[in-house]
Amino acid sequence: MTEHLGRQIPDRLTSPLTRALKSWEALLLVVAVLIFIANSLASPYFLDPWNLSDASFNFTEKAMIAFAVALLIISGEIDLSVGSIIALSSTVMGLAMTAGAGTPVLVLLGLATGLACGAFNGLLVARFGLPSIVVTIGTMSLFRGISYIVLGDGAFTGYPASFGWFGQGYVFWVITVELVIFGFAAIIFGVLLHRTNFGRMVYAIGNNAVAARFSGIRVERVKFTLFLLTGLMSGIAAICLTSRLGSTRPSIAAGFELEVVTIVVLGGVSILGGSGSIIGVVLAAILMGLVTFGLGLMNVPGIVMSIIVGLLLIAVIALPRLWSMARR
Amino acid sequence: MSILKSREAILALAILLLLALIASRFPGFVTPANLGKVFTDTSPLILLALGQMVVILTKCIDLSVAANLALCGMIAALMDGAGIPLPVILLTVIALGAALGAINGLLVWLLGIPSIVVTLGTMTIYRGSIFLLTDGAWINAHQMSAGFKAFPRTVIAGLPVMAWIAIAVIAGFAVLVNRTALGRAFYAVGGNPHAAVYTGISVGRTQFAAFVIAGALAGLTGYLWVARYAVAYVDIAGGFELDVVAACVIGGIAIAGGSGTVAGCVMGALFLGIIKNALPVVGISPFWQMAISGSAILIAIAFNARANRAPGRIILKRAEHRT
Repeated sequence: MTEHLGRQIPDRLTSPLTRALKSWEALLLVVAVLIFIANSLASPYFLDPWNLSDASFNFTEKAMIAFAVALLIISGEIDLSVGSIIALSSTVMGLAMTAGAGTPVLVLLGLATGLACGAFNGLLVARFGLPSIVVTIGTMSLFRGISYIVLGDGAFTGYPASFGWFGQGYVFWVITVELVIFGFAAIIFGVLLHRTNFGRMVYAIGNNAVAARFSGIRVERVKFTLFLLTGLMSGIAAICLTSRLGSTRPSIAAGFELEVVTIVVLGGVSILGGSGSIIGVVLAAILMGLVTFGLGLMNVPGIVMSIIVGLLLIAVIALPRLWSMARR
Repeated sequence: MSILKSREAILALAILLLLALIASRFPGFVTPANLGKVFTDTSPLILLALGQMVVILTKCIDLSVAANLALCGMIAALMDGAGIPLPVILLTVIALGAALGAINGLLVWLLGIPSIVVTLGTMTIYRGSIFLLTDGAWINAHQMSAGFKAFPRTVIAGLPVMAWIAIAVIAGFAVLVNRTALGRAFYAVGGNPHAAVYTGISVGRTQFAAFVIAGALAGLTGYLWVARYAVAYVDIAGGFELDVVAACVIGGIAIAGGSGTVAGCVMGALFLGIIKNALPVVGISPFWQMAISGSAILIAIAFNARANRAPGRIILKRAEHRT
């Protein structure tokens, strides 16, 4: 609809520095810094290292998943079942825990369940060619539904103390285990997307899946791998979240899919696929964490925060479009 | 032979089979009186599924319908608390629902934002607004006037008003979708947006109309829901949007747009409604319902995809094999 003919071609490219300064990521960084300053002025408790370390839990688990979902969205697919994968992984770990399994087994089971869920999504989308949005709406019900069947209105509690390390442990001083996992995930996904053949394939598929296939990319296999990665990251997030909460309820991580998609879109990843960067997602995650932490310090209830997240999601996409409409 | 025709027949057969299965152990379930109850209980799902159907026909999706329902229901309850007469309340919730749908529609139409993003956002905004409005308070049965609660339950000719509203809307939709220019436009826009533009149909405006219709129905259902269950709070109908999408998918509404029928949509909703009502009768925990509707979505979509695989794909597949 917004195709315009006779697009103007500039005489020369802008310098890399100008482009970097004008980029979405730079804008995110500026906004994050502004919110950081606003928060530290608004509340005397904000600039405490321990408080900031606590606040990182607001985004670390979601951001881990967001990296994988970002790749998925760049390739033109979506996964709305991530919150439910967490619920199912957590439930499987809870079952194993009641059967007397130790921490290593719990971790393995959490990862395996995540991978299995991802493989299931991937199989339906990549192998059978079903639209990912409906498939993952279906599995969103199915995975969490299984948790409800197992748990009903009950809960698993009493995880071993050593299991608490993932969600409650510190590597040194205020740096939490989750923050380290977040950092590693960011680097791994950043390299994967921006420095490998696989990453180029993801962009190619998102821009034109048919052309990608004709240029020799195994589109289905790449998409399957991306769903697998999303499942794996959801499994890791499930381990962290379960460990942090110390309990499993079937409603665990409800609404995560919304926040994950919001982080990805806020990070400048096009919801239509084909463009986006990991650094943008990292900045968006930190920005979301700062916003929710700041609001929390001001005693804003959770549901009001979710309104703000919803507004943010729409505004982030609407404003650039309004801007380009106004300039035309 | 038309594939579409056979698909509805298969769904009808599946429903009859399901009923027969339940009746074999619990004959009481298939008495006319009980089936009437099941239909009444499924009415909200039917109403929302029909609204969702026209949205999906135009290649969009509306995940905000349940939140819209909850917000309109709460406003209906608040208005009743203020002593406003029922006809005014009814008109207001329909108008408000339509307005909330129009917000979705405008964002999709004028800004070209993908509907899934818009409605994921408005879903939380609408539901959060209930909290802003009430501070999380509940409105219970004793705070509602008798007339407000009685209207959907009033029995006319053996069925409550709620069921009659559903029947009227089904009839209205059958006419709208099959006999009006707008109805054809829904199919045209979803079937081939470019061709629709060349025939003089505005894609965005048609999508906007679909969102307004879906919103208005959600608003109306909001009142019916709150009045029937005689309670209003932030989380009513939480997650109901998934059931609504499930009903459409099971009913054979293609998620890629442009194909689906009113009959299929209604049967999809009834299929879920029968399962939901049968679970406690058969003695299965209601906690199974979520997993069952999830599986139903997956089975239905796999089935639909098999029925209408686009020829373009097959050519590509062949090309792939040759290399």
